Amino acid sequence: MMGSEIKDKAAPGYKDLVLEVKDLVVHYVLQEETVEAVNGISLSLEKGKTIGLVGETGAGKTTAALAIMNLVPDPPGVIKGGTINVCGYNMLKLSSRQLEKIRGKEVSMIFQDPMTSLNPVITVGDQIAESVMLHEKLSYSQAFRRAREMLEMVGIPGDRATEYPHQFSGGMKQRVGIAIALACNPKLLLADEPTTALDVTIQAQVLDMIDELKRELGTALVMITHDLGVVAKTCDLVAVMYAGRIVEYGTLEDVFDRTMHPYTEGLFNSLPDIRNRKNQLQPIPGLMPDPTNLPRDCSFAPRCRYVSDACREAQPTKHQVSDTHIVYCSAYDDSNFQIERARGRGGNG
Amino acid sequence: MAEVLVRVRNLVKYFKTSRGVVHAVDDISFDIEEGKTIGIVGESGCGKSTTGRCLICLIEPTSGEIIYRGQDICRLKRSEMKKLRKEMQIIFQDPYASLNPRKTLLQIIAEPLLYNKIIRTKDKFAIEKRVLELMDKVGLAERLINTYPHELDGGRRQRIGIARALAMEPKFIVCDEPVSALDVSIQAQILNLLKELQRDLGLTYVFITHDLSVVNHFSDDIVVMYLGQIVEKAPADELFENPLHPYTQALLSAILIPAVGANRERIKLRGELASPIDPPPVCRFDKRCNYYCQDCDNGVPPLLEITPGHFVACHLVKPRGNATVKAS
Repeated sequence: MMGSEIKDKAAPGYKDLVLEVKDLVVHYVLQEETVEAVNGISLSLEKGKTIGLVGETGAGKTTAALAIMNLVPDPPGVIKGGTINVCGYNMLKLSSRQLEKIRGKEVSMIFQDPMTSLNPVITVGDQIAESVMLHEKLSYSQAFRRAREMLEMVGIPGDRATEYPHQFSGGMKQRVGIAIALACNPKLLLADEPTTALDVTIQAQVLDMIDELKRELGTALVMITHDLGVVAKTCDLVAVMYAGRIVEYGTLEDVFDRTMHPYTEGLFNSLPDIRNRKNQLQPIPGLMPDPTNLPRDCSFAPRCRYVSDACREAQPTKHQVSDTHIVYCSAYDDSNFQIERARGRGGNG
Repeated sequence: MAEVLVRVRNLVKYFKTSRGVVHAVDDISFDIEEGKTIGIVGESGCGKSTTGRCLICLIEPTSGEIIYRGQDICRLKRSEMKKLRKEMQIIFQDPYASLNPRKTLLQIIAEPLLYNKIIRTKDKFAIEKRVLELMDKVGLAERLINTYPHELDGGRRQRIGIARALAMEPKFIVCDEPVSALDVSIQAQILNLLKELQRDLGLTYVFITHDLSVVNHFSDDIVVMYLGQIVEKAPADELFENPLHPYTQALLSAILIPAVGANRERIKLRGELASPIDPPPVCRFDKRCNYYCQDCDNGVPPLLEITPGHFVACHLVKPRGNATVKAS
């Protein structure tokens, strides 16, 4: 029934491509103002791969993820343009009925805050079983058995399925969230800061677990995070976002070892260096621009240490550095331009 | 050596629950030197926040002493404590939950000033002047004075929390995970701000966090806690270069380094954190420890000075460098 009319067969090579986003624009239209949350992002992801969406709060990472699920609250959210293709389904063209069948089954999401994303008055077993029963023709007892299996899979004794969320620690709650997300074996998993609320050793456990499950089930993963350590550990591809746009896009090595964009450099400079504690932190001065009033030129220009007049004239130009590496920065119109991080490496790497 | 501002001696905090006694903090002792930062790290439930709250007597310890400038603050009268409280402040973890959503920035920052009758409620001009001064100190723009917390981002909200803590011109600030809710670039701004304030105002910090790279950057000394007890205490450099307790080693190995291929093999710990309810009198880490042996059930290991300034509580690590547990 979910047949050909929904599947967008025109999507190129949709067998391997699990996710393809093109020129996505999402705005929140309020009475007095419009929040320009996502302003034309494109990305694609193959089966079993992981892409990291990196950026600060307000960069549009979560909105992008919600749009992929077609879960942007409307009103005030409006998807102004672009296409989203998940496993061959055109997510923006589906009815809410059809979406319900896809969400949880083909694509599901792990939310940031395990403390609030679970229902406090329903046992964790029932919460996992709920999503199973929605998507598969199983009886309650079968679904509950699956719920217990899922709990075991994420390292929680199955007997605890009858307990309520408050009886679990933070790390365990997040694992319950992961169990719910993976209960129907989705092809695409969106993880919105899945380990931000967790302790280091638990974070390491959860990341290892996501990694293992990903390999086992071949799930493609969109990892939304601000933690470059998490990116280094989990991602194949990285998209650095700023003010609703992707400013740098490439493989992990491209973005980390051959950093091009001044904002990406700024993120690295903001991090304490565990190997050199005397190292001064160099925060990026200022704040993200107001998303209701984005400049027409480069939105990073006011915070950028390399800013020049050219940056103030138009949107940054796109530079395809290599097959995999793209940077949006007008400074590279000058072919001799290098950021400091690149100079430190003694060349363009 | 700097003067000791706070001496913590045999601090114990138990919580009675229907299931038994939770040993949140179980007999810990350490000194906090004036003008320095002492970092307390550990996972949730290790007692670091309870310790922080006991330090400024927000919760009353079950037993033990907290000696602030020679006075045991747990034994002070209410009125004396109220006076002393001005010198000790706390910055909370969650800038979303620790600010009253129905008050403007002006009201939030002015509250301690009014409560302690530093400025009279009627003197609107003086209040505004002082609040603007504080806002300037923490880098909040003047125009924000009449906004509500929900209108601001996490970094700015945390700055409000810092401004509020600074209002009483404290000497001693407990920072309870002050940057864990913030973005990296903002986190760096707040860390630099806290350092600057420490330099300018001579503040003494207790910095409670679970983020090891932050604590490494920020602290002079580090205390590692596990299930209510101190397992290791050392100067920051020493701790990171030469961690001796198996738990510290595992903790450090779990740090994710933001560089390609830099993430080494993690030391895997077995099982989960044990229950803090009526723990048996043995090493609390024993069942999860990779070096577990019979010796480990010989009572709770005491915190011993292994090399000068480096304290470890482990049956297997003996003083004077004959450590049987090698740092990996």
